[in-house]
Order: sequence, then C-alpha cells, then structure tokens
Amino acid sequence: MTAVVNPLPITRRPRRLGPARIGVYAFLLCASLFFLMPLYIMLVTSFKTMDEIRLGNIFVFPVSVTIEPWVTAWTSACTGVSCDGIRGGFWNSLMIVIPSTILPIFLGALNGYALSFWRPRGSQMLFGILMMGAFIPVQVMMFPLVRILATLGLFSSLPGIVLVHIIFSMPVMTLLFRNYYLSIPQELFKAARIDGGGFFRIFVQLMLPMSTPIIIVAAIMQVTGVWNDYILGLVFAGRDNLPMTVQLNNVINTTTGTRLYNVNMAATILTSMVPLIIYFVSGRWFVRGIAAGAVKG
Amino acid sequence: MASVEIHDLCIRFGHNEVIKDLSLDVADGEFLVLLGPSGCGKSTLLHSIAGLIDVAAGRIDIGGTDMTWADPTDRNIGMVFQSYALYPTMTVERNMSFGLRINGTPKAEIERRVNRAAEMLQLQPLLHRKPSQLSGGQRQRVAIGRALVREAGVFLFDEPLSNLDAKLRAELRRELKLLHKNLGSTMVYVTHDQVEAMTLATRIVVMRNGKIQQIGAPAEVYEKPENLFVAGFLGSPGMNILSGRLSVSLNGLVFSSKGIALNIESCPLMGRPGDEQEVLLGIRPENLVIHAAGELQATVSVIEPMGNHHVVWIDFNGNLLSSIVTGALTFHVDEAVRFTIDVAKVSLFDKTSEQRL
Repeated sequence: MTAVVNPLPITRRPRRLGPARIGVYAFLLCASLFFLMPLYIMLVTSFKTMDEIRLGNIFVFPVSVTIEPWVTAWTSACTGVSCDGIRGGFWNSLMIVIPSTILPIFLGALNGYALSFWRPRGSQMLFGILMMGAFIPVQVMMFPLVRILATLGLFSSLPGIVLVHIIFSMPVMTLLFRNYYLSIPQELFKAARIDGGGFFRIFVQLMLPMSTPIIIVAAIMQVTGVWNDYILGLVFAGRDNLPMTVQLNNVINTTTGTRLYNVNMAATILTSMVPLIIYFVSGRWFVRGIAAGAVKG
Repeated sequence: MASVEIHDLCIRFGHNEVIKDLSLDVADGEFLVLLGPSGCGKSTLLHSIAGLIDVAAGRIDIGGTDMTWADPTDRNIGMVFQSYALYPTMTVERNMSFGLRINGTPKAEIERRVNRAAEMLQLQPLLHRKPSQLSGGQRQRVAIGRALVREAGVFLFDEPLSNLDAKLRAELRRELKLLHKNLGSTMVYVTHDQVEAMTLATRIVVMRNGKIQQIGAPAEVYEKPENLFVAGFLGSPGMNILSGRLSVSLNGLVFSSKGIALNIESCPLMGRPGDEQEVLLGIRPENLVIHAAGELQATVSVIEPMGNHHVVWIDFNGNLLSSIVTGALTFHVDEAVRFTIDVAKVSLFDKTSEQRL
C-alpha cells in the first residue's frame, strides 16, 4: 500500500433523524393514537364484566377477562322481539354480499369491456349517463325503487336487495373496469379479432384473465361497501333478510333494564370484523383501487 | 396466397377525411411497403385491409373476393402489430394457437402448424414461456409466428420493428426478408423507416396526407423521385437541393444558380422545360463527387465518419451539401475542395409544383 496522497473528503450519508423527521413521527403517532383510541376502548370494554364497567374507568385493562359478552352478542342478544344474537344477521349479510359482489363485478367488467373496446355508437353518451347516476343521491331513488320492486314482486326479498345493490354499484364498477381496459393496448383486442374471437370469447378468454388486479380491487370495494350498507338493507331486504348492520342497530336499541355496554361493544366489533379483516389483509390492493378510480376520468 | 386490390377507398374519422379515393393493387407474392411520415394514413390503410376500420366508400378485394365488409377473421389475413399485442396470460404456444383453437382446427393440425412456425422462427425453446418472460425481439418473433400459423394469403405488418433496438431491427429485418422468400406470400408492410422500405420491398408506396405520392421499385423511387417530398423522404443523408433557373439555348439545357452554371443536357427529363423556368436541382450525396479535377469549388464544413464511409458536408456558396466519400480522406475540415456533379443522375423539380420535370 502506498501512502495516501491528498485523500478525497469523505461525504457522509445525511443523518436520518433530524428535528423535522421527529416532528413528523410525533404527529403520526398522535394521529394514530387518536384513531385507535375508540377501537381500544371497545375491545377493552367488550372483555369486561358489567360490574367492572360501572366503576367507570374506561381506559383501564379488564381485571377479570370474560368472553361472556361475545357469546351473548353472537347467540342470545335481543334484536327486537327475538333474542338470537346477531349471528342471523351475519348469515343474512353473507347471503347478500356474495351475489352482490360477483354479479356487479361481472356486469361492470362486461360494461367496461364493451365501452372501451367495442365502442358501439352512442357509447360515450351511455357512459356519461351512467356516471351521472353516480352523483344522484340514493335517497332520491329510494321511493321510486320501492314502487318498482313492489310491482315486480321483488320488494322485501333477497333477490330484491341484491338487485338494488347491483343497480347502485353499476357506475363505479363500470368506471373501474373501463379505466382498466383503456390502459390495455387496442392492438391486443385487434389481434384477437383477427384470430376470430367474438364478443364473449374475447371477454372470457382474454380480458377476464387479464383483469385479476382490478377484480380484486372491485371485490374489496364491493364487499366492504355492501357489508357496511345500512339504509338499503333496512328498506329493501325485508324482515327475514335484515343484514348484520341493521341487526346491530336493533341490539343496541333494544334495552331491557340496564344497557349492556360490553355486549354492544362485542356485537359492534363482530359486525365490523369482515371489513376490518379485508382492510388489514388487502391494504395494498385497496390503495391501488382508490388510485385506479382517481387517475383518468 | 392472394392478391389485394383496393378501389377508390375513402376513410373518414368524423369529418376528417384520412384517406381519399385511394386505389392500389398488390400482386400475389409481392412485398409491398407503405412508407410515409406519421399521420399520412398508411396504418389506417393497413387496418382497413385487415377490416379493423370501417371504410366510408370504396372496395377492398382480397384473393379476388370482395372483402370490404367481411369480418377480420374471414379475410384470409395474418397481422403483426408494433406493440406485439401478445396475449399476456397465455404461453407462447397458446398465443400462436389461439386463433386455430377458436375456429376448431383439429389438435394434430394445430400442433403441426405451431411447430412449423416455431421452427422457422427458432421459437421451440420458448414455447412454454409467457410473453412477460421474453425479450422484445423474441416477442415480435412470437407475434410473427402467430400470424404464420394462420397460413393466410396476405400478411399485414404494422411497423413491426419500430419498438426494437437498432441491432435487433436489422436482424429481424433480414429474417423477414428470408421468410418472404421461403413462403412466397403476399406481404403488406407499413413503416416510416426508409431503410426498412428500401431493403424489404419489391415495391414501395410513398404516402402523404392520405394520398399516394409514388409507387415503384425501391431503386426507382430512390433514383427518380416523382416529387420533392419523395426525394426528401428517402435517402440518408437526404437529397441535396439547389434552387436556380433553367435557360434553354442552342448549347443545350443549362441550370444556373449562384456561382454555378451546369449543363444538364444529359439529365433525363420527361418533357422539354420552358426557358427561364424556376427549378430545384436534386443531387444524391453519392452523385456529388469530391476529387481534385472537379470543376466546382467549396469548403469542407463538417465530416461525419460512418465507419465504412464518410459523410462530408461542404459549404457551396452558402448551401450546405453532403457528399459520401468511401476510402481515405485527402482533406480536412475548413479546407477547400473541388467536386463534380454526376449530371446524368440528378433530379429536376419545378419550383412551384415541386413535381419532377
């Protein structure tokens, strides 16, 4: 080794943790604490006995942990007259969510495919009208829809509520798939046309297999949207098909004697479990879905 | 195998007439190249032959049958796109066999055709890969293979090499030429690259603004451009243009410009031009010869070494002219040189109409 002659000054990687960085972290920490607080209180309360809740220390961890409120919420809490817990609502919601996810996705994909590749005469206008539908408040359409479904004999039935969900999801589903298909080169579609593909063959064999990312996004949006729905379920589902959200409301509003806060908390967490799990499992996809809807109009 | 005949074709996008009254015959087994700048309607024309664009008026015959309103798949064509347009969810093999599977070709026949195309294009090791696992050149080979398995009468190429790098482009260009030689099918090829046009075509169609400017063999289009646009579009570096006027006298035909009076009697003209007519003289760089005994003088401005030759730009009375010099250079930048113009090979254009005289 020779002696070092006139060594170059060594540049350092800039320090990561400056005052600005600390400030940002402090703010993020406060914000997340603020938003996590209700969830924490709900969780803690749901594992307490009523005696412990009456002491009023809502932030304190339960002294004697009990799962009794959860069992009660699921199996025997009173939703109005009957006292079967909210499990009935869970199954009802599931029965509504499954067709209300699969059908809108299929129809939305079909719409988006036709609008972005086949472009029939007047398709731009059709799309415009469909988009206008997205901006009309649900309340405006409520009564006409009730009348229409009553005439069709679908009011207060499972097919009725599913149909309503399909109708209200059509603008967003169509927009989602149309924008996704617009990003696929037209040449691909033309190549398939030369290869002899017809309308449905190109859709089923070529476009749907390419749509996995956007189908996942659409499924997340649809499942959480339909699961969280309250007003449509209340109006259109009928007594036998009331979704979990409506049942939850009934549990909380049905008071015989003391308010069972621990049961209410447990029932609420049970109801929000499905969307919560979906958010946690699919955070990345969900963000992508929001971005996909936002970019390009 | 099939010929293509286009009669009085019109194509409109809204009120915009992209192609107007275009007629073109492509002979059986021909390699026809549609050449022009972007927006000249060449791709539109190709897509209308494929049936991917509706025509406003006119008629397209393929293989002697009226195909103007036929479905793309019934037109006896195979097509290759610039963006490859491979089906991303299918393997190479399934990409190539997609069309055959749709029209219910027997399995053994599908296998035979796919293997034959794969062999021609050296795709056998790649048959079970997805397009995303292939390089650009391989993808375009697969796209060509997908067109081949259709065993169509006419193959349409829409700028198939434009997305490839220079080396691959030259390689695939050679393969395409070989393919045409082996198959003998009719091919219609769209490009804006004059090198591709010159090397591949049996005939070139030069287009501008939806109109055909000239149709001819590559050498003919290159050496005898019918107007200034064609002259400028082909050749690299482009044709040198000198502006001047003609004088017709007993001595013959003389082109005169600033510092030059050139007897162009030996230049082949189509008609007898008028005296004092304003003209443009076009000289290909290889017909501008720099040598010591030349009768004209200029200053060397820039020298571009190209490996096997040099492009020498000379300043001739304020006009920058290019010359191609093969072999060793005998001069340097800023030196004076003498040169001659090979009058028998120049082109003469009318200044206002820009048409060849």
